[in-house]
Amino acid sequence: MSFSEFFNHWITQDLLVIGSFALVFWLLRAGARNERWQRAFVRIKRDRTGLLALVVVLLYLTVGALECLQIPDEGGGTRSILDVLTSSVKQERSYSAPFADAPLDAAQHGKLLGKHLLGTDVLGKDVFVQMLKACRTALIIGGLTSAIYVPLGALLGVLAGYFRRWVDDAIQYVYTTLASIPEILLLVAILMVLGKGLGTMSIALGVTGWVGLCRLIRGETMRQAERPYVAAARALGQSHRNIVLRHLMPNVMHLVLISAILGFSNIVLAEAILSYLGVGAPVGTASWGVMIDAGRTELGRDPLVWWNISAATGALFGLVLALNILGDSLRNAFDPKRT
Amino acid sequence: MFNYLVRRILYAVPILLGVIVITFLLDNVMMSPNAKAARVLGPKATGAARTEWIHNRGLDRPLPSQFIHYVGHLATAQFGTSWVTGRDLREVFFRGAGPSLCITLPGFIAGFLASVGLALFQVFVRHSPLDRALTIASVALMSVPTMVYVIFTQAFLALALNYFPAYGFSYGGLGMVRFIMLPAVIFMLINLGYDARLYRAIFLEEIGQDYVRTAYAKGVTNSRVLAIHVFKNGLIAIITLVVAELPRLILGSLLIESLFGIPGLGNVLVQAIQTGDQPVVMTSVFIGSLLYLLSFILTDIFYALADPRIRLS
Amino acid sequence: MPDQSFLEIKNLAIDFATEGGVVEAVKGISFSMARGETLAIVGESGSGKSVTGLALTRLLPEPPAIYKSGEILLDGQDVLKMPANDLRKIRGARIAYIFQEPSTSLNPVFTIRNQIAEAIKLHRPEVRDLDAEVIQYLDLVGIVDPAKRLHDYPHQLSGGMQQRVMIAMALSCQPELLVADEPTTALDVTIQKQIIDQLRELKERVQMAIILITHNFGIIGGIADRVAVMFRGKIVEYGETHTVLSNPQHPYTKALIECIPQPGQKRRRLATIDHEALEAAV
Repeated sequence: MSFSEFFNHWITQDLLVIGSFALVFWLLRAGARNERWQRAFVRIKRDRTGLLALVVVLLYLTVGALECLQIPDEGGGTRSILDVLTSSVKQERSYSAPFADAPLDAAQHGKLLGKHLLGTDVLGKDVFVQMLKACRTALIIGGLTSAIYVPLGALLGVLAGYFRRWVDDAIQYVYTTLASIPEILLLVAILMVLGKGLGTMSIALGVTGWVGLCRLIRGETMRQAERPYVAAARALGQSHRNIVLRHLMPNVMHLVLISAILGFSNIVLAEAILSYLGVGAPVGTASWGVMIDAGRTELGRDPLVWWNISAATGALFGLVLALNILGDSLRNAFDPKRT
Repeated sequence: MFNYLVRRILYAVPILLGVIVITFLLDNVMMSPNAKAARVLGPKATGAARTEWIHNRGLDRPLPSQFIHYVGHLATAQFGTSWVTGRDLREVFFRGAGPSLCITLPGFIAGFLASVGLALFQVFVRHSPLDRALTIASVALMSVPTMVYVIFTQAFLALALNYFPAYGFSYGGLGMVRFIMLPAVIFMLINLGYDARLYRAIFLEEIGQDYVRTAYAKGVTNSRVLAIHVFKNGLIAIITLVVAELPRLILGSLLIESLFGIPGLGNVLVQAIQTGDQPVVMTSVFIGSLLYLLSFILTDIFYALADPRIRLS
Repeated sequence: MPDQSFLEIKNLAIDFATEGGVVEAVKGISFSMARGETLAIVGESGSGKSVTGLALTRLLPEPPAIYKSGEILLDGQDVLKMPANDLRKIRGARIAYIFQEPSTSLNPVFTIRNQIAEAIKLHRPEVRDLDAEVIQYLDLVGIVDPAKRLHDYPHQLSGGMQQRVMIAMALSCQPELLVADEPTTALDVTIQKQIIDQLRELKERVQMAIILITHNFGIIGGIADRVAVMFRGKIVEYGETHTVLSNPQHPYTKALIECIPQPGQKRRRLATIDHEALEAAV
């Protein structure tokens, strides 16, 4: 079996998905040992809006995971678990309104094969199901991009903030230069070079998106490095590596978490914009951005097709709103003086 | 303070150089000279014609030499011409700035007033249920992608109800107002949520300061404490944020302009991306970066001017 | 017996609602002051002395502060029950404050002239020449060359001068009571003495009552008529200064006074205070 066959095999892919979730879970558990996190956890339990937002985010994650995980089907190919769950939903020939009995285009005769909660799109696919499947795209882009920019930004931030002098100068130079280039231009330029696709989009977003986190962590690290406990550690002869890993990093991790959550929402929004510009998800992948882009022309149709874009917008809005509220709640939980 | 300024400007030079290097590399990586020639001359051009075209533009010289020429061109503002329209890019960018500003300036000013007002009001009623509700409303405003604002308002307010034109632009008089109304309002809305939350945080930070307690102890009214004491202190941070926004105002919103057919810089860029008009994209990167760097320097200047602690030291 | 009814505190109790529960900051204290009298409230951090001082014009942020019970009577009127408008009229005009950190207590973006003038405009609108008035008060607090200093910003002044500006600002509305909350704690020892001397001089010239809140017994000697010692929200000793200093009754007062290092004392361990034992004794 060649490498690409191995990589694309459904078992490998499923293990990767499960592994990623397990990794995040393990990281959060490691964080829970931190006293600051424990105090914040107590505060969060009282924040009902924040908890609601968390539940919503977990819901999206679950749906996305269901679509990511694949199992073999009868024809020798694979389907996702979500496909299995929605197998009772039929595909029509073309547009139909939500809950309609007959196709939108009066010229097409006959009845619909089934009820569709949010209607069907131009290919006849159920819009509600497409909306759910798009969670996978959001999850993958968000996850991959975060996997790139979070370690990059956090690590460089800590190094810049702790070592100062030339290390700081070098890192600042790099990110100021990057920040000087209008982001969307850089994204487009990179995508033109690397080509379209979920993977390349994540790389482009990751490479352009680490600056904000880096600045934040650098600032906080500098503040922490002035504290007596760092001087004490150095006086005891602790190596730089230990000071950074065991003292500084745990104390800035909460900022990393909050940034990651808020960043996730920005990434999801960015995917929608890039898809509109034509450098986003490849045609055929279910994505909210693609659905919104399609909606543009659909709203001009007669009769009006509004359900496609509304479903995508609603789903996108729901996730982004929940992530933003969750990020806000976490901020307040870790630093109540802010409120 | 003069020293400070000089240092800031000097620091910007290597950054600009870095940007130019990146732009140059991207330009060369994205398309080989052959591909560029084929693009410009058309598919029917012969190999010889292409070679001549490449030679005329010095694209067969070694990279470092090309780079020096590139910097020279940029320094003399020779940006080349568009592959699609053939127009000189200087003219394109100059003409494009106007419509962009017609949308972004009114939207920005209205948005600034609204977000500062909202932020001050939220601090006035801080920690009340109203405050929480307004925060969630701000977050909600932030969570809607730009395209959705545009698409829905176009579909309903413009096409269905015909209150405003859905598309197009013209200078001058009342007619212009009709064209810029929707785009400007949308531009305001997409920034309102984020700005209001940011300003609220700034003002909230100020109201916890000692000098506010002193003001209350003097018998200053609640509204005066907010409108004068807190506001003036918060303004220092806010001014720097405002100045940092200026490049974005000139460059225009890509989505709003392209969806509303406004011939601004944003639209120029979107079309260039969609048609693969590389010189335009590259020049945009350079001009955009120049503007950003200028704004970084301006931000520092304004901050130093606004804060008496820095101005007089 | 001098008229004690200028300021009367009766059974004042103040709580704070915190994350960890309700904290009783002030547990039912009573004291009174005559016009022109100087009272020192002495205690450690957390004793409730600053809270008491701030309560006099309801300056504590509510939430988290809760005025549980008691009265603060200014010439017979209860401050705690006053409507907001009346309260604002007292602030600055009848009761004025100076705080511990003059560098942050002054507004950094306004000139000192404007900050003092703001107070004057609020409570003495009849004053025409604000500049002259501000100069007069700056001079009163011992600032050299006040006319040149008018348009300075707080950060351009030294710590001691900033505190003098705060005092000038407080005095400019001719209050009947000046509450000084740890006015010297953030300053150098030599400046501390200058500020206290300044206050003493002002007290004689202006006939103003002063409440001096401090943790430092050492500074109250020449200036306070009476002293109240606070420990964990209660007043444990209250009387004329020289009596309390020379013959302290309560073990806590004794312990506090013992803590003051005496120049020339033989080398021995500095005294410390056993709080838990004292808590039991209170």
